[in-house]
Amino acid sequence: MPRAEASQALKDLVDYISAQMDEALISVEWAGDEAVLRARPQSVLKVLRFLRDDSQCLFKNMVDLCGADYPEREQRLEVVYNLLSVSHNLRMRVKVTTDEETPVPSASALFASAEWNEREAWDMYGIFFSDHPDLRRILTDYGFEGHPMRKDFPLTGHVEVRYDDELKRVVYEPVKLTQDFRTFDFLSPWEGAQAVLPGDDKATEGEDAGAD
Amino acid sequence: MAEVQIKPLTLNFGPQHPAAHGVLRLVLEMDGEIVERADPHIGLLHRGTEKLIEYKTYLQAVPYFDRLDYVAPMSQEHAYALAVEKLLGIEVPKRGQYIRVLYAELSRILNHILNITTFALDVGAMTPLLWGFEEREHLMEFYERACGARLHAAYFRPGGVHQDLPAGLLDDISHWAEQFPAVVDDMESLLTNNRIFKQRTVDIGVVTAEEAHNLGFTGPCIRASGQAWDLRKSQPYDVYDEMDFDIPVGKTGDCYARYLVRVEEIRQSLRIVKQCIENMPDGPVKTTDRKIAPPPRGEMKKSMEALIHHFKLYTEGYHVPAGETYTAVEAPKGEFGVYLVADGTNKPYRCKIRAPGFAFLSAMDFLSKGHMLADTVAIIGSLDIVFGEIDR
Repeated sequence: MPRAEASQALKDLVDYISAQMDEALISVEWAGDEAVLRARPQSVLKVLRFLRDDSQCLFKNMVDLCGADYPEREQRLEVVYNLLSVSHNLRMRVKVTTDEETPVPSASALFASAEWNEREAWDMYGIFFSDHPDLRRILTDYGFEGHPMRKDFPLTGHVEVRYDDELKRVVYEPVKLTQDFRTFDFLSPWEGAQAVLPGDDKATEGEDAGAD
Repeated sequence: MAEVQIKPLTLNFGPQHPAAHGVLRLVLEMDGEIVERADPHIGLLHRGTEKLIEYKTYLQAVPYFDRLDYVAPMSQEHAYALAVEKLLGIEVPKRGQYIRVLYAELSRILNHILNITTFALDVGAMTPLLWGFEEREHLMEFYERACGARLHAAYFRPGGVHQDLPAGLLDDISHWAEQFPAVVDDMESLLTNNRIFKQRTVDIGVVTAEEAHNLGFTGPCIRASGQAWDLRKSQPYDVYDEMDFDIPVGKTGDCYARYLVRVEEIRQSLRIVKQCIENMPDGPVKTTDRKIAPPPRGEMKKSMEALIHHFKLYTEGYHVPAGETYTAVEAPKGEFGVYLVADGTNKPYRCKIRAPGFAFLSAMDFLSKGHMLADTVAIIGSLDIVFGEIDR
């Protein structure tokens, strides 16, 4: 645990929060000197309200809310809340995991800034927020299909637009790549495998024989 | 005579309106001249930056940050460089940190000149724009001399800055910093006590500190509401803790207060610029760890190892140990944060960009409700909105 790097104030606060919010939290993790609270999806609003209103926390500013996608996990989607306490000069991160179907309670009633960020998380990852006042797409085109930030969504997308001079309007067409999409794998496969060159085995055999 | 219920008029403001500061499509529901609801439609400049970064190495991701808030490009790189450095656990040499702070402050001046002058243009004053842009041109020359590009710098990189400053540049910046306050005074003489400017901005778009926090405001917009909050002071990065400067705070939280805070921030940034030039240490400008920063060209001509390092850095790049961080800097517009998740490979697993303007624009409905149509223009101008960072 790299908890040692964190400031004493943050450590004390995390101990206090985990004591108060014991059943609402799954675990407390440390990312370097930053604290991460993993909350249960059904009680995330309780945790956020506590963080906002408790006099020792006062995380009144939700600077960021974003989604993340981990397709290999059973619950692939994750919502990350980044909170800032101006009064205590501390930051806190809260995480909730979900899947494609299960909605996460919307935090927009607690933090007005969450409204647009949740719209973005819905647009980009397809995370559904229940009780959101206006859950429309925000960054993608009108009538866009799919959730582009998911790991299984191709980088090049599915449709492209151009202005058609004959039809005198913008037309949508399936993507045509003029050159192959190039992606390089740099996870050096040769470092892990033990390659034996032909003839090398004789050298070690000889050493064995010599030792005998 | 029976009272007639008039259907509210829906007005499309933008996306090609010059006062929309880019490609903002604002759908306004109007009751006569009064705005009842403002619904900003964004995303017309969406380029999928976050998705693209997931397919690039850590170094290749740097130029994308210039293209977010293209008014002050280096401030964005700063947040990203700090985030990667935090995950790598490396320290930047002192000279590199000083150069970064110097250029971050020049970026702040660059941004505030553009914002103040275009804001003035939106509410009817033409001259400040013409005067301010001459100074912006000087600043972009300083950019060009340091990194070779006026706008898309790619200068702050994980580990330091790309190259050292050329000889004589610091003297020229110092000379410019001597004559620049006169330009700020001129600009202020046109605006600060101008009757028309005050009629257009005072008591328009008022937001209290409590509301500002709830709406996710940061930077000059929250300081104008009376909250003395600045990451350069409260969570200092690089050498900001060695700098002597003040944080201007507004009292009223209206468009005029936001303007005043920005003018004073220009003067405070000049103080930091001067201190940086005065105390600029000698030494390397980027980390000497050859696994992170490339070797100098001269060394590559003689050393095989340096050549290999160079080749590996510009093909594979470096691998960042698994971990995650949310790192933020005080960009000119507000808190610019990068939430970076590394999985141990040479590419970021997730890179969420927290743009200050996104929160400002989401407050448009709150701020413009009950105001006149012409006031929404003043509010947009005072919020400092640039679409590169909002749409990402």
